[in-house]
Amino acid sequence: MSLISIFFILFFYISALIFILGVSYKLVQYWNTPAPLKIPIAPSALDTKGVILRFIREIFLFSSLFKANKWTWLFGWSFHLALVLLFFRHLVYFWPGEVPLILYKTEPFKYAAYPLIFGLTGLLSRRIFVDRVRYISSPSDYLMLLVLIFIASTGMVMTFANHHPNLLMVKNFAEGLITLNWSELPREFIFLAHIFPVFCLISIFPISKLLHAPGIFFSPTFNQVDNARKKRHISDWASKNEDGLKIDLENNNEEVK
Amino acid sequence: MSSNKQIKLSTYVETPPIDRGSMAGDGPFKATAEIQKNLGFPAEKVDNWQQVAIDKMAETKSKYRSVQVFLDACVKCGACTDKCHYYLGTADPKNMPVARQDLFRSVYRRHFTFAGKYFPKLVGAKDLDEDMLDDWYNYFHQCSQCRRCAVYCPSGIDTAEISMAAREVMNAIGVGQKYSNQILGKVNKIGNNLGMPEPALRDTLMDLEEEIKDDTGVDVKLPIDIKNSEVLMVSPSADFFAEPHIDGLIGYAKVFHESGVSWTLSSYASEAANFGMFIGSYDVMREGALRIRRAALDLNVKRVIVGECGHAWRVAYSFWNTLSGIGGGAEDEYALKLQKQLDSNYPQPQHMIEFTYDLIKSHQLSFDKSKNDHRVVTFHDSCNVARGSNMGDISNGQFILPREVIKAACNNFIDMPKNTIKSSTFCCGGGGGLLTDDLIDLRVKGAKPRMHALKKSEQESGVNTLAAICAICKSQFSKVLPHYDFDPYMVVSVHQLVSDAIILSENSEQKD
Repeated sequence: MSLISIFFILFFYISALIFILGVSYKLVQYWNTPAPLKIPIAPSALDTKGVILRFIREIFLFSSLFKANKWTWLFGWSFHLALVLLFFRHLVYFWPGEVPLILYKTEPFKYAAYPLIFGLTGLLSRRIFVDRVRYISSPSDYLMLLVLIFIASTGMVMTFANHHPNLLMVKNFAEGLITLNWSELPREFIFLAHIFPVFCLISIFPISKLLHAPGIFFSPTFNQVDNARKKRHISDWASKNEDGLKIDLENNNEEVK
Repeated sequence: MSSNKQIKLSTYVETPPIDRGSMAGDGPFKATAEIQKNLGFPAEKVDNWQQVAIDKMAETKSKYRSVQVFLDACVKCGACTDKCHYYLGTADPKNMPVARQDLFRSVYRRHFTFAGKYFPKLVGAKDLDEDMLDDWYNYFHQCSQCRRCAVYCPSGIDTAEISMAAREVMNAIGVGQKYSNQILGKVNKIGNNLGMPEPALRDTLMDLEEEIKDDTGVDVKLPIDIKNSEVLMVSPSADFFAEPHIDGLIGYAKVFHESGVSWTLSSYASEAANFGMFIGSYDVMREGALRIRRAALDLNVKRVIVGECGHAWRVAYSFWNTLSGIGGGAEDEYALKLQKQLDSNYPQPQHMIEFTYDLIKSHQLSFDKSKNDHRVVTFHDSCNVARGSNMGDISNGQFILPREVIKAACNNFIDMPKNTIKSSTFCCGGGGGLLTDDLIDLRVKGAKPRMHALKKSEQESGVNTLAAICAICKSQFSKVLPHYDFDPYMVVSVHQLVSDAIILSENSEQKD
């Protein structure tokens, strides 16, 4: 097997490992960190059903962002939706064994590349041209968008400009990564240039702002039920403080009157 | 200090271009050694303050999921950048919510993340040095923790949580704010923010009873420390002395009088406000809540009702059950001790607006609405009530109930523009521990978005009365309204509107 194939195979497993371990670490950290106070933000949900509906609105429609800024919403939402569609479009390559018919039906999803580029370019323009957004942007914020635009562009060139790599090789390579039945990857530069930054993003996921994806589910402002009066909510560290207070309380009651 | 220069207003809110450093400065007065010691904080800035601060940051983010998640999850989308009233009023980019958080986040990244340790420039990570600490002190005291930004954040990031955490870290290294910490010392020692001792309180209440008698000819009582009353009323201490707050207190008394429900104030717990929230200290906040618990147990009341105070209602509604078991649904012995005593037929605690609203709905109050006919009333949703609490346990009840109470007492009610009310309400500009004269410039500028909306309602609908249910809002508006060519006396308590229109029965004591 060629060195370049070995490099990419190793890179894939390393980035997948970093992703899985890193994200698990963060998930465990978020899970284990208590939310000692009820801090849901209006419009808050009065029951669990409300919380679920809220997440549906936020995750699928970006409803808060819609309220905030229609342009950012348009760019951000089309970018994320396109990302999801393209993820499904790419599954066909990785699917081990017989590919379900439904995955072949995702062929038209390739056009999601257009809203992807549209969204990313819009977001980048906001960073560059809106003074407030420019002020809060770090180099990494631009870099992230540029990398994504690069990935999208190389993908589009392969798909729409007839620079297809050998698709059978792509399929064998990708499937081989999953089934541990490794095979050579196509050497076309554009293909390598497409997958290299993808692996990079996967590996920086747990140490970057990409953590907003799992993070949103842990946002106490979103995931808490607004029922503080009806049900006592107390964290472990706070109830430990309370053991001493019970005794305090008896004494203090004496003093009050 | 307070210039009476009038500020010309358009009737819509403009987003200004950023103006770097326009609010740079030393921040509000710092707490003295004595004030700091009273709260158990270091008397002055400790020698190894950087290390202590970093350790405290680590502790805070391990105790609060909000802090940990919010520090990680921001993608700098910019949705919040034009949502803060302090940004809109000052144009200082560090008053954009995300930029304010970034003061804290950049230090978090530098000290706690891989990217920030090895590629600080790339991800905007910064060391905690003297300049950064100065920025923290200055700009975390230009945040009223009103949470408007959080309503618009696609990840639900709440700048108030970061601002509270930052203030807690600063207190831990001995850099505290004079205004908040001094007040907390008073409430812990005497029982209210004013430091008003029991005899003075008693005198005030007697004077008020006489005043009501003179006005109406009816014996309306303002009882204090009466054991076995049905209701313990906890109101902000501003209700005892400040205008227009005091007319709201008279309103509560009249409503209780008409309801026939026995009630009492407590001299031991004569403060609903809880500045412990502003400084982000769970322990200090709990101290405040425990005073109410002790008073409720000691006076053997069945219900706890909270007066018109914004952050107090957030603390009461959202935190009291957690902090001190004033609420329902507890399974632990500690909270049950109180909850067994309280009447489970009512939500605990309740807001005075809920109490009045229920009486209106059950036709137990009668009004002569024409008494308020000289007014065209609008309602300012106080930030903490609007975004951090509920009333009536119905969806959006915190917006519906106060408006219904106003409409029951007034014929002319008009809402301000839609994007400035309810969950999108603008802060008055004085909340979160900023209601101090040394921040008057900030307070005037921060009120600007609210003033814009009010100006529009004044011009289009002839609004001449601004009703509020928050002691801080009322004080702040009284002070800043003249800067925007409004009459400072246009601010009223919602219960003042009730008080002016309610028809009192001669003697309804204990009508059961």
